[in-house]
Amino acid sequence: MVEHGDIRVVHRGGSKINSREPVVTNDSRFLLCASGERVKVFSTSTEECVHDLRGHTDLVTGVLLRPTNHLQVYSCSVDGTVRLWDFTDGILIKVQTCSWLMFDIVCMCVCAELFQLVAVHLPQSGDQLVEAQELSAVLSNVSSNPAATGFGRGVRAPPLRSPNAPPGAITYPKTDKDNKKGGKNTLMCIACHPKDDCIATGHEDGKIRLWRNFNHKKEYTYTTLHWHHNAVSSLRFTPEGTNLLSGGLESVLVQWRYNQESERDFLPRLGSAITHIAVSPDGTLFCTSHSDNKITIIQSCVKVSAVIQGLVNGESVRTDLMVDPRSKSLVLNGKPGHLQFYSLQRDKLLYNLDIVQQEYIHELGLQQFEVVKVAFDAPGNWMATVEERKPKAAEPEINLKLWAFDEQTQSFVLNTTVSAPHEAQITSMCFSQAADGQTSMLVSASEDGHFKAWQLPRSAYEGPSWSCDFVGDYRGLAPQCCCFSADGSLLAVSFQEVVTVWSPASWELLTTLSQPPKAIRDLCFGRLGCSKYLMGTTASNLLCCWNLLTCSLEWSTSMDVSLLLSDPLTENMAAFCCQAESTDLFVFKPSEPRPVASLKAVCSGKVTRAVFAPREEMLESCEESSQWLNRSQLYFLTQHMLLQSPAHVLPSTSVLCSMFVESLLVSVADGRSVVHEHLVHVFLNNSHSDHLCLTLNVSQQNTHRL
Amino acid sequence: MGEFKVHRVRFFDYMPAAIRAMAFNRRTERLALARADGALEIFNFADNYFQEKVIPGQDGRAVEALCWVGRRLFSAGLNGEITEYDLENLRPRYTVEAYGGPIWTISGNDQGTLLAVGCEDGTVKMFEVLEDRIQFQRNLDRQKGRIISLCWHPSASLIAIQLGPELLAQSSSEVVVWSIAFLSDHTIISGDSAGKVQIWDGLTGTLARTHLVTKWDVLALSVSQDESSLVAGTSEGTVVQFQFLSSTLDGQNKDWVRTRTFKNHSHDVRALVHTETAVVSGGMDTQLVVRPLLDKVEKNTQESAMRKMAFPHRSLVCCAKKAGLLLFQFPDHLELWRLGESDGHGDLPVKRKPEKLIQLKRKGEDHICCSALSPCGGWLAYSTVTSFRLYRLQNNTISITKVSKLPKDLRSAHQLCFSTDSSRLFASSINSSVVVVALNQPECKYLHTLKPKSGSREPVHLLFASEDGKWLATANTACEVQVYNLDKIKLHCTVPVYGSCPTAIAIHPTSSNLVVVHADQQIFEYSLVQKEYTEWSRRLQKQGLHSLWLERDTPITHVTFNPKHPAHIILHDMFMFCVIDQSLPLPEAKTRLFNQMILRSLPEPMRILHRHAFKMCKTFQNLMCVRLLEDHSLVVVERPLLDIMSQLPAPVRQKRFAT
Repeated sequence: MVEHGDIRVVHRGGSKINSREPVVTNDSRFLLCASGERVKVFSTSTEECVHDLRGHTDLVTGVLLRPTNHLQVYSCSVDGTVRLWDFTDGILIKVQTCSWLMFDIVCMCVCAELFQLVAVHLPQSGDQLVEAQELSAVLSNVSSNPAATGFGRGVRAPPLRSPNAPPGAITYPKTDKDNKKGGKNTLMCIACHPKDDCIATGHEDGKIRLWRNFNHKKEYTYTTLHWHHNAVSSLRFTPEGTNLLSGGLESVLVQWRYNQESERDFLPRLGSAITHIAVSPDGTLFCTSHSDNKITIIQSCVKVSAVIQGLVNGESVRTDLMVDPRSKSLVLNGKPGHLQFYSLQRDKLLYNLDIVQQEYIHELGLQQFEVVKVAFDAPGNWMATVEERKPKAAEPEINLKLWAFDEQTQSFVLNTTVSAPHEAQITSMCFSQAADGQTSMLVSASEDGHFKAWQLPRSAYEGPSWSCDFVGDYRGLAPQCCCFSADGSLLAVSFQEVVTVWSPASWELLTTLSQPPKAIRDLCFGRLGCSKYLMGTTASNLLCCWNLLTCSLEWSTSMDVSLLLSDPLTENMAAFCCQAESTDLFVFKPSEPRPVASLKAVCSGKVTRAVFAPREEMLESCEESSQWLNRSQLYFLTQHMLLQSPAHVLPSTSVLCSMFVESLLVSVADGRSVVHEHLVHVFLNNSHSDHLCLTLNVSQQNTHRL
Repeated sequence: MGEFKVHRVRFFDYMPAAIRAMAFNRRTERLALARADGALEIFNFADNYFQEKVIPGQDGRAVEALCWVGRRLFSAGLNGEITEYDLENLRPRYTVEAYGGPIWTISGNDQGTLLAVGCEDGTVKMFEVLEDRIQFQRNLDRQKGRIISLCWHPSASLIAIQLGPELLAQSSSEVVVWSIAFLSDHTIISGDSAGKVQIWDGLTGTLARTHLVTKWDVLALSVSQDESSLVAGTSEGTVVQFQFLSSTLDGQNKDWVRTRTFKNHSHDVRALVHTETAVVSGGMDTQLVVRPLLDKVEKNTQESAMRKMAFPHRSLVCCAKKAGLLLFQFPDHLELWRLGESDGHGDLPVKRKPEKLIQLKRKGEDHICCSALSPCGGWLAYSTVTSFRLYRLQNNTISITKVSKLPKDLRSAHQLCFSTDSSRLFASSINSSVVVVALNQPECKYLHTLKPKSGSREPVHLLFASEDGKWLATANTACEVQVYNLDKIKLHCTVPVYGSCPTAIAIHPTSSNLVVVHADQQIFEYSLVQKEYTEWSRRLQKQGLHSLWLERDTPITHVTFNPKHPAHIILHDMFMFCVIDQSLPLPEAKTRLFNQMILRSLPEPMRILHRHAFKMCKTFQNLMCVRLLEDHSLVVVERPLLDIMSQLPAPVRQKRFAT
């Protein structure tokens, strides 16, 4: 149960399953697709993930059935290996390493920023780990987009070191050969007819061209098919070559009759833009990958039979990461205008909830309604959402919606819609954490200088709906953050650099706390035993802790906290610090300014979205540094939209600590400025008094003390 | 370049007629084209697509189909007649009544022995082609319904005919097959009003393949000579190409596959010709389009450029230099306008508006083929293929009187020209001869006929009388340029024959040098005194013309000189006018030809360094005429293409995306 007590960030899922074209097995029972560092095997009938082929250490960039054994599959990865798997049992059979980065299973390699098509001779050998050395370049300067490479009829393994291209291997270099002036006919994708010598190319202007007679230098000829109004992103011939499938932004699968192109069939309303199309070897199943991380399985171009949905990653996650208290699922933006409920345990999308409830119209530059804020109350009975649309040169349109959980349908049902709840953007919204479960209260703060409390009237005859209970302001300043204490008896609202503490029962301003000079960025009440503390971060890189019993600053330290959040089940709080383009994580208790755990460089870039998710069963780790993960797990989103969560690894904190002290000593001895100043402060604090308040420019004192 | 006061004329409402039929003679590379008003035009594809000959139309002659038999041209129309044309005298030679009602189609066999016509009453009539006429041979079995289209098998033993309207059982709507093609492997290809191109096996009579091409009609079909490519013209203005391709690169199994689509027309494509290297199409929008097939020609050459021919390659405007009058020639009338006047400088306000003085309707059925206005504005002449008329104009009172007594030799003319002092009228007549007529106050008198020594029978299409009245230059479609001495009334010299047809000729007023511009854009200057090419002309030929000059796709239609600057030659085509300064160095191959804007921005010393002989002005577009008046102001007659387009009937409705 308890592993070696190190903490490590692991990638927990939510990775793209639409990055490469999926592969359908010969018997049409399984669908294989590259997903992050793994290859996932899905059942085409039940949509379940059957196997997870793990072994690659970097992004998988291609999957291909082994032609000689239809129960085995090759995969290639940026880590430079080609692996052979038995996908029915999920066993790794063989590893072939290449000195180059494999970029696609059609043997595309990266070589000094130049993409080349190379043929790799996979040696027949009994060993599990083989090094493939025989590489022969087929074509150089090919497009990095694997959709722009296709293999035609009669491609055989070319003899090694042959200078000629194999017959029918067609790739287009990035520079299109017939680029007309002004025409938007950049090549997007390519497909070769399985039997005839015909190449289909998809272009940026939505046209498809069928090229024929191309063995002559000049007398090639082409037919233009035009239905798509936007770029054609994927093309595929059916195995018999009777039909051509195409897809693009319109989310319509178009089936063209080969040689009778005026007849075509459409499968519309597939949900989102088609990125890849795959056809099963017997031609009965079509699979389309979509831009919203979804694979649709279609039976003979008429019926959608299954949908495999990954974590939808839209353009940006506007809402914070939330955990639905009932289903323990992660809630965030999904499809446009939707919220997705994503099971963290099963790495599976549970459902999408339509919040905006408007037809989605795709148009470049059109402003859509977007869900920008979500909040749940503690038992999960109520959900509040804020949607916003900002037309050009007009007032933003804001709607506040309150959703009640319906036990019967096991989903949220719209209860109240408040249009224009505030005059300006809503900056923060939270539910009262009241334990009694009877009275729920929602507080929303907006840039218009007010915060409003919304309440559900207790004695309503029929269909109770929410209404505004109180409007508060403070010196005309714009409120930034709001936060309820654990028992719901206090409400903290920050107005720039001032934190006001209110009593929700009487709406009386109890006290103000202030830590100039900069505005408050984040506010967070402590939990359980630390509920008397209020944590805040400011724009001037200060992390402050106020004791609400004394109404004074308990401690503060200087660190650039990009995100502060509290674990609802423990006293722990987590702070993500962005420094030098990588993010460090510190876990601490508000009662003492000593980190319980700290992780250096958990990821590159800034972490702005994270959440504590409760574990299904508690761990019993005795290691001090990993105890904080016993009851809940910390998940965060990186820029590449992968869900990561810290697990166990890495040297313990004590080692880390001494390392840093050393580095400090060295740097001070050199007489130069200290590099890791504010990090070290945190570590130093823990050995001394609780009240030590160190700021940035006290490195001289530190040395004295040491 | 000098400054000119410009009369920018846009009141010439020239409106070309729709293209009805086309026939291409592969041996002579001549394209015959019939327009809706009955006019015929012959284009020489070997000579830069020059419009060599124009046979004016006639009221009531609706040419529905054209056909070459050897060098002879036949037409058939809805008036039920078959007409053979006299291409040397630019008139119908004879007509033969077919007695089958309106004729929809005519086709000659490859051997040139038989003509087949399809008639309204359902008969196909065969005519034997004799030396000087055609003779009815026999009727084929009469069919139900009219014969819209017919086609010979290359072996001439079979003929495919198409009836229309044909009833389709399943749709119970009338489907007309507009056009068919019969290939040597007995494949029959049809294009019909349901928008389909169908490929039939002619031996078994079974349908092999159907291509739905358009929602509207497929009106025309044309097959390349090697039968590997087929084009179909539709009502939408598109031309769709089909190619006979094998499905695999090494395979034998060939099939007709739809390939490219060309959209060069806004209206119906009524006539279509598939030449060796290009698709030639014409239709309701009156433009003739030559679209080269890029797999058949070398890329980025003059040959691979698409051509749209919207205007005739000859001038329809005559300008009286001294009087400031303009004569516009229409097929059925003439218009005489007085130019506006203005004083002041810069963007000139019009003081007196241009004024339409006379609209003269022609008499008879035949359309006007040429017209002329004397420089003084006192005489007006026009000719049809059958008649010639001369009028005396009084400008002050705006009166027109017909000169009733005309010499007998002046019955019809291909081209007319007045001498500078308006005392002589030159009219080109049969066999390249020119009739000279003296104009006196009450009447006119025949003087003599000038005849070339070559004995050519081709018509004279260009006439130019020199300013001093000494010379008359003529050019005919056999590319011969003759110069006559009018004082001695005899042929002075013949300019060495150049392989391309002259498009404009002029004699310099002082130096008596003849400038000839040809259809392939070459310029020659010939000294009439020394009877040889001038030094400048030799230099020009030696150095060669700039490639951009040679790539222009419309011919120079007029040459004139600037009396103020004797070294200046002014010429124009459809898209620019140009002043050639003979005193300046010729442009090198690498220099910019169109450099007027750059020169303007350069400082004075640099400007001298960079300038060259060709000074081009593209300010005016779609030029019908550029003339220099006596007062050194320039008359520029424009006919914007948009004005022509706006007068066309509405095209067929097409669904456009996002409308």
